[in-house]
Amino acid sequence: MIVETGHYALVLALALALVNSVLPVWGSVARDQRLMAVAPPVALMGFGLVAYAYFALTMAHVVSDFSLVNVVENSHSAKPLIYKITGVWGNHEGSMLLWVLVLSLFAAAVALFSRSMPEDMRANVLAVQSWIAAAFILFILLTSNPFARVAEAPAEGNDLNPLLQDPGLAIHPPLLYLGYVGLSITYSFAAAALISGRIDAVFARFVRPWTLIAWISLTLGIAMGSYWAYYTLGWGGFWFWDPVENASLMPWLAATALLHCTAVMEKREALKIWTIFLAILAFSLSLVGTFLVRSGVLTSVHSFASDPTRGVFILLILVIFIGGSLALFALRAGGLQQGGLFAPVSREGALVLNNLLLTTCCATVFVGTLYPLALEAISGEKISVGPPFFNLTFVPLFIPLFILMPVGQLLPWKRGDLAGVAQRLAAAFGAGLIFMAILAAWRGGPAVSVILSGVAVYVILGSFVDLGRRLFGGGVTADMVSQRARGLPRHAFGTAFAHAGLGVTLLGLAATGWGAEKITALKPGEAVEIGPYELTFESVVPRNGPNYSELAGHTLIRSKGVVVATIEPATRFYPARRMNRSEAGIATLGLGQVYVSIADVAANGTVNARIFWKPLVALIWIGALVMAFGGCLSLSDLSFRVGIARRARKAQAPHPQPAE
Amino acid sequence: MIVARAAALTCLLLLAPLAASAVQPDEIMTDPRLEARARALSAQLRCMVCQNESIDESHADLARDLRVLVRERLQAGDSDDQIRAFLVRRYGDFILLKPPFKLETWLLWGAPFLILLAGGGIIFVARRRQTSLAPAKSLSEAERAKLDAMLDEEGS
Repeated sequence: MIVETGHYALVLALALALVNSVLPVWGSVARDQRLMAVAPPVALMGFGLVAYAYFALTMAHVVSDFSLVNVVENSHSAKPLIYKITGVWGNHEGSMLLWVLVLSLFAAAVALFSRSMPEDMRANVLAVQSWIAAAFILFILLTSNPFARVAEAPAEGNDLNPLLQDPGLAIHPPLLYLGYVGLSITYSFAAAALISGRIDAVFARFVRPWTLIAWISLTLGIAMGSYWAYYTLGWGGFWFWDPVENASLMPWLAATALLHCTAVMEKREALKIWTIFLAILAFSLSLVGTFLVRSGVLTSVHSFASDPTRGVFILLILVIFIGGSLALFALRAGGLQQGGLFAPVSREGALVLNNLLLTTCCATVFVGTLYPLALEAISGEKISVGPPFFNLTFVPLFIPLFILMPVGQLLPWKRGDLAGVAQRLAAAFGAGLIFMAILAAWRGGPAVSVILSGVAVYVILGSFVDLGRRLFGGGVTADMVSQRARGLPRHAFGTAFAHAGLGVTLLGLAATGWGAEKITALKPGEAVEIGPYELTFESVVPRNGPNYSELAGHTLIRSKGVVVATIEPATRFYPARRMNRSEAGIATLGLGQVYVSIADVAANGTVNARIFWKPLVALIWIGALVMAFGGCLSLSDLSFRVGIARRARKAQAPHPQPAE
Repeated sequence: MIVARAAALTCLLLLAPLAASAVQPDEIMTDPRLEARARALSAQLRCMVCQNESIDESHADLARDLRVLVRERLQAGDSDDQIRAFLVRRYGDFILLKPPFKLETWLLWGAPFLILLAGGGIIFVARRRQTSLAPAKSLSEAERAKLDAMLDEEGS
């Protein structure tokens, strides 16, 4: 029963989305306040209905209602509760429902928190958001209905893929979707601005916090996914340039570029055309990603052709939304007045260069991901575009970004002076060089790692030069510093931390060059050295989990004879799907990790082990956390400012007159 | 991202429910220099039945066969290029994770540079147009005369 109400709620949500697609736009064109006022409550109701539908599906999973196809295919009564709940988005239908849930969540958030926004702008934004919602709810109802029943319910389900039965599934997809789908709101802002023709600093000011929210979530989501892959897939890799990963990296690159150029647009009213274009592009790339992941086109062009309903439907959505917005863009862009002028060497100039490089990176990933598909479709020839291609093209494009990052931070608006900036960065640059020299002399190792480590140190220090100068410049007391710190806008701290975070990640990536790996068969009691540590494989312990059985290899890690950690890498067997999965044993020692995965446990207790020492590897993900922290600092500042504008207006009119 | 990756892995695991993991101890060559070459080479070769995995990472049986094959050729004294050429003859360009530069792929390899050049070109043209539209920086003769007159008035 609850399932049918969920299905019905989704149909109602479609009806509301259609209402909200038309009335608010009509209202803004006819300047009818009543029609525009329809948008916020309908957006909230729409969110309520989608949330209910989602809740209904979750309940069906929680109580193991095997009369639902979706539950039969992806659940099992013995599965732990957390994976019954998170398993809802571990399959195609459920994850599309989560997609729509996040979409309507953002619409509801705009309805609630953007009261200070001009009314017609808000109406148009919510209308565009409803167009997207309507398209995707229709997609779910017509091609991917999660509420479909089976005629004869089986007694047991097929269980969820064991690789997905992991805490990572609880965190990664929701965060990724908050980012990925959150970019829809920047798209809606851009489309609304194009419809109303008002493209100015107000647009940039309101779109910035939303872009930032999406960017923070996307940063965390990608990092979380990378760590999950790292510890689940058992060979210690963390980024594979897989098309599915690229599908999330492209919107991240576009969103990063967008964040930077909305700053220019807000402060200086320049780069308007480009900002609007980028806002459209970022969400278009999310749509492309959804198409790549959800249509089955990645597995093979032929499998896509044999069951094209879903793929063609998303492709249609893609063409309508990207094509429509670009047509609107072409129509309006010509009439835009260009704003503030600037010299090539200036903050604006640096941000233009930042955007050029980020966009080229993004386009490179795009071409690399889609080229094999296009080539196969056109000529039938199959090629592979793998990590070597991206390492050779993407990395050289990204290195200049690292070098330029601290420079851009120090350049003033309008016109800057490179010699002065170089002088201020000399210390950070020197520190980077000295770090390189010390590493080369003391550790040796691959040249790439040494150079990148130096660059990372320069980026981390350079990110704080501007802040340091503003806080400590000119011999001051502790009191004055804290006073200055309070006086500085929080986004200045945000920028510094976000940039430094990228440097921290780079340091972690560079350090992979000093890692060690051993592949060996281990007998019980056998010891092996890895990096600075000694591992002793004690014994194999059989155990039973809630829905699996496992063989865990009890292993001690010693440093100079003292036990510093115990790990238990395991191989698990899930009887429901008759599948094996290896569970890596990871000990975090300082910022490095000892990583062991085992396979093929023989009768006498001998295992085949893959053992890694990964120095500083934790920095890769810590860097992402620092980036997100910087984003949050900026966000607290931006939302604060929007709030102040509202309160200031209220303060101006202390005695509100009764209307009419 | 991992959801789809897992799906791809699943079909492999279903084919071989008790498949072994990636490189196995018994595959490793005794000569560490040859082994290092084997690892570097396998990281650049695609496991043909997987979704974007190299044979070095893959759990599939085919990947194991190819790893062993690569090591046999190395032992026989083949160069890296000879081994790659041998595998391409057998499986086509699909096996190379680093696509070769040829007629069908020049656009792929050229894309980053072309896009960077095009982007740079657009920025250059946009700037030229913008600066030519910008108001002249210095005052015209008439304006200067008017300004002087105003200043004189002020001064007196």
